[in-house]
Amino acid sequence: MSFLKGIAASNGISIAKAYHLVEPNLSFEKKTIENPTKEIERFQNALNRSTTDLESIRDHAKENLGEDKAAIFDAHLLVLNDPELTNPIEDMIKTEKVNAEHALKEIAERFVSMFEAMENEYMKERAADIRDVTKRILAHLLNVQLPNPSMISEEVVIVAEDLTPSDTAQLNRKYVKGFTTDIGGRTSHSAIMARSLEIPAVVGTRTATKEIENGDLVIVDGLKGEVHINPTQEAVEQYKKEYEAYEIQKAEWAKLVNEKTVTADGYRVELAANIGTPKDLKGVLDNGGEAVGLYRTEFLYMGRDHLPTEEEQFESYKAVLEGIKEKPVVVRTLDIGGDKELPYLQLPKEMNPFLGFRAIRLCLEEQDIFRTQLRALLRASVFGNLKIMFPMIATIDEFREAKRLLKEEKEKLTNEGVKVADNIEVGIMVEIPSTAIIADAFAKEVDFFSIGTNDLIQYTMAADRMNERVSYLYQPYSPSILRLVKMVIDAAHKEGKWAGMCGEMAGDETAIPILLGLGLDEFSMSATSILKARSQILQLEKTEMEKLARRVLEMSTTEEVIQAVNEAVNGDKKTS
Amino acid sequence: MAEKQFKVTAESGIHARPATLLVQTASRFDAEILLVYNEKKVNLKSIMGVMSVGVGKDADITIIAEGNDADEALRSLEETMMKEGLIS
Repeated sequence: MSFLKGIAASNGISIAKAYHLVEPNLSFEKKTIENPTKEIERFQNALNRSTTDLESIRDHAKENLGEDKAAIFDAHLLVLNDPELTNPIEDMIKTEKVNAEHALKEIAERFVSMFEAMENEYMKERAADIRDVTKRILAHLLNVQLPNPSMISEEVVIVAEDLTPSDTAQLNRKYVKGFTTDIGGRTSHSAIMARSLEIPAVVGTRTATKEIENGDLVIVDGLKGEVHINPTQEAVEQYKKEYEAYEIQKAEWAKLVNEKTVTADGYRVELAANIGTPKDLKGVLDNGGEAVGLYRTEFLYMGRDHLPTEEEQFESYKAVLEGIKEKPVVVRTLDIGGDKELPYLQLPKEMNPFLGFRAIRLCLEEQDIFRTQLRALLRASVFGNLKIMFPMIATIDEFREAKRLLKEEKEKLTNEGVKVADNIEVGIMVEIPSTAIIADAFAKEVDFFSIGTNDLIQYTMAADRMNERVSYLYQPYSPSILRLVKMVIDAAHKEGKWAGMCGEMAGDETAIPILLGLGLDEFSMSATSILKARSQILQLEKTEMEKLARRVLEMSTTEEVIQAVNEAVNGDKKTS
Repeated sequence: MAEKQFKVTAESGIHARPATLLVQTASRFDAEILLVYNEKKVNLKSIMGVMSVGVGKDADITIIAEGNDADEALRSLEETMMKEGLIS
């Protein structure tokens, strides 16, 4: 048995067989062949086997993931058997006496560049389909196995370098019991996805794909951030016990599901949840969420081949607003770019995507996309308690411009006779230091702040959160971060506004006492963290935490802060 | 040989799903079937061919079928287009 240490990205323990989601090596060389007839036969053989693959993937997807996710494979099947693709390949094998791999690649590339050169966005995306299909035929020619995540039909732990949104879209929630990846941190897509699916995950192990073989029995310990490979029987027994203990702990927390979040000295805060899709609502309600503090709308835009229509968006927003039953829902407008790409927008690759054309910057430029979303939101506003939040605001001008567009769309709708809620709160996500620093100026114009700590930390520390080697700089308890957080909260309160936090830090047991002391009004976190946070806050005293907060703001290092929190919190427990 | 003109009235033209269905339908017949649009002629049994001409709303298209089952093929294709709301 061996053991890997990584970052605990999603709570829980799972024991299952490993499933490798890794791109195999598909390299080959151009060769001259003796017998074209035989080579064509080999090519047709690969086509047939690819067809069989795709048919069963399609059927499986239809059954488990739904008709819409399966449709893409129907299109792939047609590409696979397209005479305009296969005939020229066979001709090339015949006339040029080259190997099938080479002919396939040459002809497919012609189509890929033809589609990529087209004006129409939809056509451009077809290039990706052709690439996908080519890869499958190539794999059969080379006799290597491609992973088919949509075909998983037993309980597994997914082992991958990293997981992209399109990978996760193909995964069946029923069978995927855990994740472990080579790269990523607590805030990478795979980690966020794991928490939203309530699946234990350990990310950033560096070597999971190398150390773990397909089919190995693995234990993913999402509490400690450990992965055990082919554990001994004793270790499995031990973990089963820990798993049970964790379940008992969860049952204790579950008793707090309908409790209000009030400190020992009677101070009330709100515990909200971060969600990605209407499907996540069940988790919010089951875990006693008092609001949705962050609805990440980009999932509506991902894992598909064209922009969602106004109607599709409206349906999703309405579903969330109605599903949460009058509780507040903070919807973040489209935050795309950075680590979240939309292939169909054909945005150029950037050297520094996190510092580039993303979120509100993109929305203010591509106004059609933004206006469609705003209209859908405004139309949905009458179905619940909607608050709109703009991401990545760096200047007051950006906020004013976004708000102007919102106002325009609202007027248009009203003129069309469409009902729109009055007094929709409009706020910003504070994740750029420039905004935190002049939070006092912003506070005069916005209705609320929500501090996005994942990005705020990355931008304050100038440390790419996707880069393992600088991950030590992801320091939520650094006095520099805490002072920025304080500036934002104080600025909000001075103008009678509220301040929330929707980064990972809001659900962190070391951060919560400080944030409480700083006066944070709303804590928005993964739904699965809510009950644990509530049980912690019930035992804390606001006045004590204020003293703690004042002390840590004067400290120099993260270590000192952590130590001060531990002392204050443990001391608290002794006196209560 | 059978030949017929149609006007595409669907909002997004011959898009993903209808294109897939048209090619699937055409592929069931022996006849050679061509789609003519904008002076471009493509094989209606080829998904990449059909998509490469980019038929949008209000496009006038012609379908030409040649072979034993040409008439039947054309009828079937018209039916599919009707059902998918491509033509009205």
